[in-house]
Amino acid sequence: MLERAPQQTLGDGSRPRPVTFRGAGFMPSGGRLSGWIALVLVIALWQFAGSAGWVNPLFLPAPSAIAVAIYKLAMSGALWQHVSASVVRIGSGWLLGTVAGVIVGFAIGLSTLARGVGITFISALFPIPKIALLPLLILWLGIGEEPKIATIALGVFFSTAISVYSGVDAVPRNLIRMAQSFNVPFHAIVRRVIWPGALPSILAGFRITASVALLLVVSAEMIGAQFGIGAFVLQAGNLMQTDQLLAGVVILSLFGLAVGKAINVLEAKLLHWR
Amino acid sequence: MDLIADHISHRFGGLDVLDNVSFAVASGEVVAIVGPSGCGKSTLLSILGGLLQPSEGQAQLRGAPPAGSLNPLTFVFQDFALLPWCTVEANVEFPLAHTALDAAARKAVVDDALRRTGLSDFRSAYPKQLSGGMRQRVGIARALAVRPAILLMDEPLSALDSQTRELLMEDFIRLLAAGAMGVVYVTHNLEEAVRLADRIVVLSRRPGRVREIVEIPVTRAERGAIDARGKLLALQNDLWSLIREEAIDAEREVQHA
Repeated sequence: MLERAPQQTLGDGSRPRPVTFRGAGFMPSGGRLSGWIALVLVIALWQFAGSAGWVNPLFLPAPSAIAVAIYKLAMSGALWQHVSASVVRIGSGWLLGTVAGVIVGFAIGLSTLARGVGITFISALFPIPKIALLPLLILWLGIGEEPKIATIALGVFFSTAISVYSGVDAVPRNLIRMAQSFNVPFHAIVRRVIWPGALPSILAGFRITASVALLLVVSAEMIGAQFGIGAFVLQAGNLMQTDQLLAGVVILSLFGLAVGKAINVLEAKLLHWR
Repeated sequence: MDLIADHISHRFGGLDVLDNVSFAVASGEVVAIVGPSGCGKSTLLSILGGLLQPSEGQAQLRGAPPAGSLNPLTFVFQDFALLPWCTVEANVEFPLAHTALDAAARKAVVDDALRRTGLSDFRSAYPKQLSGGMRQRVGIARALAVRPAILLMDEPLSALDSQTRELLMEDFIRLLAAGAMGVVYVTHNLEEAVRLADRIVVLSRRPGRVREIVEIPVTRAERGAIDARGKLLALQNDLWSLIREEAIDAEREVQHA
């Protein structure tokens, strides 16, 4: 039987006072509403500055003018022509670079020989700005879609390979040892332990390679393309059509946001366990 | 099936970790391995379980595993080693997926393992949703699912708080009493060793050598009795006297490493 402790008598009889709270701050939370309000305020201010004639529309057209330019582009069909050309290039280049990067990244992550050879080549070639290779690729592949797609694929390949083998390296060794201790075959360890374990790093890599692909498609189209958002932006700049130029920039921004959103959805679906 | 450590020595680079360690674990016997920090207890367990090649000597098995054993030597890990992207049920089923069992048989085995470890209501939970004790229960359920001949337990309670440790210890005692599994139980906790084991292998500080192999004078079934508790406490104190000086030296060595 446990014996209850007697009632305690505390202190000198003075009134107790609350302990001062000192733990406030240093915990920023992501308030989404404040972000939207700030965006709307900036656009409103920009529009007001344009309407009031504070800013020369040649240098900075008002948001409404940009919206009208986008509307006209959409109505004329030019928007679709340019966007579709860019999307095809980005899609093909990203897919090629990603597939190759995932294969090479896994090989480097799993094989001693591939690691020795692969890391040497990746370290040597990764720092080269891939757009600098476009003239060489044009020489090799001709003046068509191929050199632009190859430039994007190269840019995507290196970042993907690095994020994949880093992800494979980051899979906790104890999970691999656990699987080995149950005699789980190599292919099943790769499929059921290493692949899901490396996925967070791979998806983070996708976020980076999507930006790389967007950057390279615009650069490549500015160097040598008739259609595509990059070509359109350059053309608009040459003709001093600033509203159209910014319309192109807005479309690029929306494209980047859409890709980011798609990756968010993918992460939420595939990494729900985190 | 018996497990034999036959003159096992191991070096990591120039560091001698184990030196000529020999002992045997008979079928159904629980052998605890204790010793000062860094004496090579976990390394020895990895060698016994085939996860590490010893520099000298070898781990051997004698006799056939019991019928239906899918993985005769099975680990229970200190850090649980659960797949965080799998539910409790999928974690327990993980080692069965590549076996000859069909889906219905696998489900029956998983259901049984979950029931025995009190996890039936948590089968759809993910590891992050579970407490440390529940996670270790999943690790134990996964081990039980493959019907091991010998369980290799690497400090299975050391990552847990003392209350959870006590509850799981009671579960271990119950599970081991019910089956004929042999167990190698690595621990730095002498109380766990004397409560659970039939024999205790005491290793010296690095490089780990067998200093003593101590027989527990009370059967596992009798350990709940008051006089048995006194005997176990006395044995625990004797063991502590045996390793205390080396534990202090090992502690200083770790601090200066």
